[in-house]
Amino acid sequence: MTAASATERELKPVLVIGYGNPGRRDDGLGPELARRLEVAAPEGVTMDADYQLMIEDAADVAGHEVTVFADASVSCPEPFRFRAVEPREDASFSTHSVSPEAVAHLAGKCFGRRPRAFVLEIRGYDFDGFGEGLSPRAEQNLSAAAGFLAGLLRSGDFEAAARGASPAGEPGA
Amino acid sequence: MVTTADKSAGTRKITIEPVTRVEGHGKVTLLLDDKNKVRQARLHIVEFRGFERFIQGRPYWEVPVMVQRLCGICPVSHHLAAAKAMDWIVGGEKLTPTAEKLRRLMHYGQMFQSHALHFFHLVSPDLLFGFDADPAVRNVIGVAAKFPDLAVQGVMMRKFGQEIIKATAGKKIHGTGAIPGGVNKNLSTQERDFFLKDMEQMLVWARSALKIAKDYTAAHLAELKDFGSFESNHLSLVRADGAMDLYHGVLRAVDSQGKKVLNDVDYQGYFQHIAEEVRDWSYMKFPFMKAIGPEAGWYRVGPLARVNTCDFIDTPEADAALKEFKALTGGKPNNITMAYHWARMIETLHSAEKINALLHDKDLQGTDLVVKGPRREEGVGLIEAPRGTLFHHYRVNKQDQVVMANLIVSTTSNNEPMNRAVQKVAQDYISGKPEITEGLLNRIEVAIRAYDPCLSCATHALGRMPLDVEIVDCEGSVVDRRQRD
Repeated sequence: MTAASATERELKPVLVIGYGNPGRRDDGLGPELARRLEVAAPEGVTMDADYQLMIEDAADVAGHEVTVFADASVSCPEPFRFRAVEPREDASFSTHSVSPEAVAHLAGKCFGRRPRAFVLEIRGYDFDGFGEGLSPRAEQNLSAAAGFLAGLLRSGDFEAAARGASPAGEPGA
Repeated sequence: MVTTADKSAGTRKITIEPVTRVEGHGKVTLLLDDKNKVRQARLHIVEFRGFERFIQGRPYWEVPVMVQRLCGICPVSHHLAAAKAMDWIVGGEKLTPTAEKLRRLMHYGQMFQSHALHFFHLVSPDLLFGFDADPAVRNVIGVAAKFPDLAVQGVMMRKFGQEIIKATAGKKIHGTGAIPGGVNKNLSTQERDFFLKDMEQMLVWARSALKIAKDYTAAHLAELKDFGSFESNHLSLVRADGAMDLYHGVLRAVDSQGKKVLNDVDYQGYFQHIAEEVRDWSYMKFPFMKAIGPEAGWYRVGPLARVNTCDFIDTPEADAALKEFKALTGGKPNNITMAYHWARMIETLHSAEKINALLHDKDLQGTDLVVKGPRREEGVGLIEAPRGTLFHHYRVNKQDQVVMANLIVSTTSNNEPMNRAVQKVAQDYISGKPEITEGLLNRIEVAIRAYDPCLSCATHALGRMPLDVEIVDCEGSVVDRRQRD
């Protein structure tokens, strides 16, 4: 828990963080992905879910070889996009929540580790109002994304998938 | 982002959007006269309304879980306030010792991590680098580069508090720890020991953060005492004996001189004392004390209000810090807006002391978790959330369905004070100057940030960060509008 223990502990293999608000329709795509894969995830994969990314996620990211951030997207190609994260400070540091790029950057700055990090963006459509459940099209996209990520967690070819060269699933756009 | 619109004769309206390092979206409008003097300042908050209607018809026992969807920033506060209201519905307001202490542990964990995030992540760049520093370095990455130990402390304090929440609420999303009349789990000895091994480190860091805030305030007092400051009422819960109590108590409000204007009343009847005013230019309401009226009955909530309303703190180190704090103003309420940060760090240390004491309390491993009594149809739950007093009020029919809900969130109570702070800073630093520099812009943001407002209601999905900028002339006509995705 201390800074020392966070940086000196043995690295775990893979962390998947699905984030978003399940009470805001398709914004819940990330947590729902984490929930569905929790049982089926291979050994050594840590599944996590939260409303949004926060600075403390940097400690967890620093403690894993690979991190996959899963989130809803309003603009990515259908059904999903998988891409590498380039650590950088960005405008999201101006609010309480932070971006995957910023979390990865903070992991390097605070804990001295440049993580291998990726984002799985899942296309959503309905972000207005309160309500449980995904829209039908988002549900379809989630199924495709879940199948892709399950295969990727087994193959471990993250970089190749992010370059669009992996048979594990849909290439990044 | 700054836009301006000139009128050849009359007023000029300057719109600044967004307010950075404040959760959600906010827009500041400064209405200038033809001599560039600030005539009026308005903080527009884009608040999502409709949640109260959304939960009508749902069974009451779902509410403590459902309300966490309101906000990804402070779900625990909504969870506990709703649970406290539902305690009344099930006649279980007198919790077992295990249930109350588990809830308190959850709440102090929330307070600890929330205050740490705000201080280290959002505020420390301003304090360490100055209001006029280059925005490129005046952020947490700048802090991490120049003061790496502080950045790590902020991350690890935040993580410690979040782990406590997870252990007591059951999970990060839609935690279920607090249920009507009690809790659904205790704290295992294994969980307790996990936290105890880091407890001393958290206390050390909390003391250190308090010293930074106190020393900064003392060193810059001449500049800070008027910065966005004004006299006001202050409102919070206090324990029946006058001690600071962040989880439960009676409602107390004092005026700017310390006179009690709301004298330790039972919050089940809060609506007899508090009302909300609607103004045509804002979606957010303006609460006030009925006995004083809307003109002068508005009040501040949050850390500054809490240290002003309480008589003492029941943990030794925080109480000693409180005495130092109160000595600055001769025992009178402190009305310095920037003193929020000092007060917030007193509460951070208090929360750490409370967590430490609770972890050594064997009641946390008790098994008597739930009580129930005579069923009621109405209940009110109040809690001191990190940003201030949070009100939850429900009516439930005989079929167990919620038929009425009313929430007053902390940022709503601080609506008028934030507007006052913006106006004060604008008058002092912008009035008469045709150019808004980065430094001036940031001073407005610094004043708002002191309240740690949570304007979070928007979804955050990747790619969805619209910034809506509009220019409206003095006659109300939109003369320009720009949107950035």
